[in-house]
Amino acid sequence: MWVLRGLRNGVVTTRYPRRPDAYESSFPAAVGVVDPAARLPGVAGVCPTGAIEADEGGVRLDRGRCILCGSCVRAHPEVFSWAAGSETAATDQATLVVGDEPEDDDALSALRADLARRVRRLRRSVHVRHLDAGSDGSDEWEIQALLNPVYDVHRLGIFFTASPRHADILMITGAGARGMIAPIARTLEAMPRPVVTIAVGADAISGGLVSPSYATSGGVGALLPIDVWVPGSPPTPFTLLHAILLALGRVPAGREVTA
Amino acid sequence: MSNEVLDTQMDDDTVLVDRLADRLDAGDRFASLMGTDTDEGLRLTALLATPDTIEPFDWVLPPGTTSYPSLTPRIPAAFWYERDLHDLFGVTAAGHPRLDPLTLPLSDDSERPVPGRPGAPWSIQPDEHILPRLVVGTGLFTIPHGPVRSGVSESVEFLVETPGEDIPELRVRVYAKHRGIEKRFEGMDAATGVLLAERVEGIASVAHALAFAHAVEALGGVRPPRPARLIRTLHAELERIANHLDVAMRLADAAGLAVATARFGAHKERVLRLVGRLCGSRFGRGVVVPGGVRALPALRPDRIRAEMSALASGIMPDAQLLMNTSSFIDRLRHTGVLDTDLAIDHGALGPVGRASGLADDDRIRRPYDAYDELVWRPATPWVSCDARARLQIRFDEIDDACTLIDQIVTELSTMDPATPLCRSVGFADGRGIGWAEAPQGEVLYVLEVSDGRIRRCRPRSASFHNLAVFSHTFNGDVLTDFAFIEASFGLSMAGVAL
Ligand code: SF4
Repeated sequence: MWVLRGLRNGVVTTRYPRRPDAYESSFPAAVGVVDPAARLPGVAGVCPTGAIEADEGGVRLDRGRCILCGSCVRAHPEVFSWAAGSETAATDQATLVVGDEPEDDDALSALRADLARRVRRLRRSVHVRHLDAGSDGSDEWEIQALLNPVYDVHRLGIFFTASPRHADILMITGAGARGMIAPIARTLEAMPRPVVTIAVGADAISGGLVSPSYATSGGVGALLPIDVWVPGSPPTPFTLLHAILLALGRVPAGREVTA
Repeated sequence: MSNEVLDTQMDDDTVLVDRLADRLDAGDRFASLMGTDTDEGLRLTALLATPDTIEPFDWVLPPGTTSYPSLTPRIPAAFWYERDLHDLFGVTAAGHPRLDPLTLPLSDDSERPVPGRPGAPWSIQPDEHILPRLVVGTGLFTIPHGPVRSGVSESVEFLVETPGEDIPELRVRVYAKHRGIEKRFEGMDAATGVLLAERVEGIASVAHALAFAHAVEALGGVRPPRPARLIRTLHAELERIANHLDVAMRLADAAGLAVATARFGAHKERVLRLVGRLCGSRFGRGVVVPGGVRALPALRPDRIRAEMSALASGIMPDAQLLMNTSSFIDRLRHTGVLDTDLAIDHGALGPVGRASGLADDDRIRRPYDAYDELVWRPATPWVSCDARARLQIRFDEIDDACTLIDQIVTELSTMDPATPLCRSVGFADGRGIGWAEAPQGEVLYVLEVSDGRIRRCRPRSASFHNLAVFSHTFNGDVLTDFAFIEASFGLSMAGVAL
């Protein structure tokens, strides 16, 4: 009976990244700085996570700290605005800071070349392992969603694995709860260094709103080297998919930077 | 609002235990136990759910007191709460049957976080070494599982102890995810506090934001305007649908039903997208603000209605088919039985309680927002007490949610768009108690404010409360039933060790 139902009114699977997807490109997954030169000295105070910095030079916003509360957009719509599009993952944590001078190009390309070399053997199929380092639970929902028929990442040769031994990509969520430090170390010992590590969500990048706290590490960057940073609170499945493709060097050219 | 605060000062600890136990015998439910550091000493607060409100009972342990008579021997539901109290404050429940560390294992009392005390420790490292050792002997073995688990799961450790011929026992270690949330609340204002509440248990963001906002509103004596009450209820019910679909998906997955897993996953995605289109967040974050809601839904009422009817016509036939798939139902029937008596003793919450014959539901008994203004008859509790009943009650609740949302949409469509969506609510000094019926069950916030800042905030999730009774439902083969029982409880670990 389920077989028949599977065939009937089948869900439409996205064709992203080969074709654009309207949901992907319209989702307000980030906040942008529309007027980086604005002089708003006291504006940092509107942000609950310290994501905004402002001085004589203008305004900068760190998407790695942003929990998308919208407080800055409501207070200063002439300076901050919602940015549509889910492709917000980055290979360099510094590029998450928008409104800033562009990154040093050489350093960035060195980073990318190193990653490209590591993922070369992964072109056909990759195995992803998830690790919860103190998330609020929503990040897991969005990672799990990649397996539903709407995203169906198997079509892209992306598989989730239960065993750390077979993982190529490690997706790590949460602010780095101290109670997870020892278990994470033990898990990493059991796996050959994963080819790529992805920090999922503002909590994993910076500790988000949960840090500073005596019980967290203010993000997972303190616990292991990270290759790809995925902003969001939590990141949506499309942003997560973008992160995996970015790690694999499979994001179509010209679509990589969103600032 | 029926949410007033009754302070009852207790002078004698043992008299207190008797009084609480009498209240429970008379039908009240043990809802929570918490501590707060004060100048007068450690204040303990037990919260009882009465037929129409939640009532606090306070007693203060003078400075220097290191123990008090345990409630657990008389009130088994206090078992985990007293362990948590010991971890956070170092106070010992004398006569407690097993005061092992739960949320934060520490050997040194001077290191404890002590919520309510000004200032926060910089860093506290949980001490794994003080956890009880795993016993391995003849005919006795322990199978540890976690905290890093297979699949996409939150971190938690389960220990299965198999003592010879006896029924295996399951122990749960939850501290790995402890994030220090209670201390983090301290010093925040109301606007930031609600954002943190959304992240206490992220899959029930709306319910936590509501319980927090209700506590603020109880303090300020403010009721949100009607449109806000409707919009809050809309989001709370969408959150319920998404969570219940998640449970169906996990159960189908545990049974290896690939098509069913895919279909419930797709339905859930559709709900999250609807929520995202309404407010910009797939988890309803930012909707609830103290005093009301942030904005009107970004979709017109007729569009919401169309989307809801498409959703319902997709979900309901699949739910029916799933409940009639005998290979599946055979795995759920008589699995993970939580007897009604035990459920009552423990005060089991939400769908777990309602699958064991308990009718308690904050939406009915202690209504908030629009629940008592809409016409609905909540699903009748099930009495078979097993994993199947826990899934069936969730499908019934999805049905109820659709009924509620239908009425809300009708009302929203006739509403004057100029009606205010938020009342100003101060952040007055004092203590407020707020609650909401999350998909997992009752979420309870006790909030203390002084000088416009949070002095103490104690969230209590249904996940914490229900996980304590989880291990009592394993009466058969622990390993083969595990995935089914776990999924049927539908808990989130983030809400457990805070
Ligand atoms: S939207 Fe982001 S940057 Fe703006 S105030 Fe909120 S957290 Fe800060």
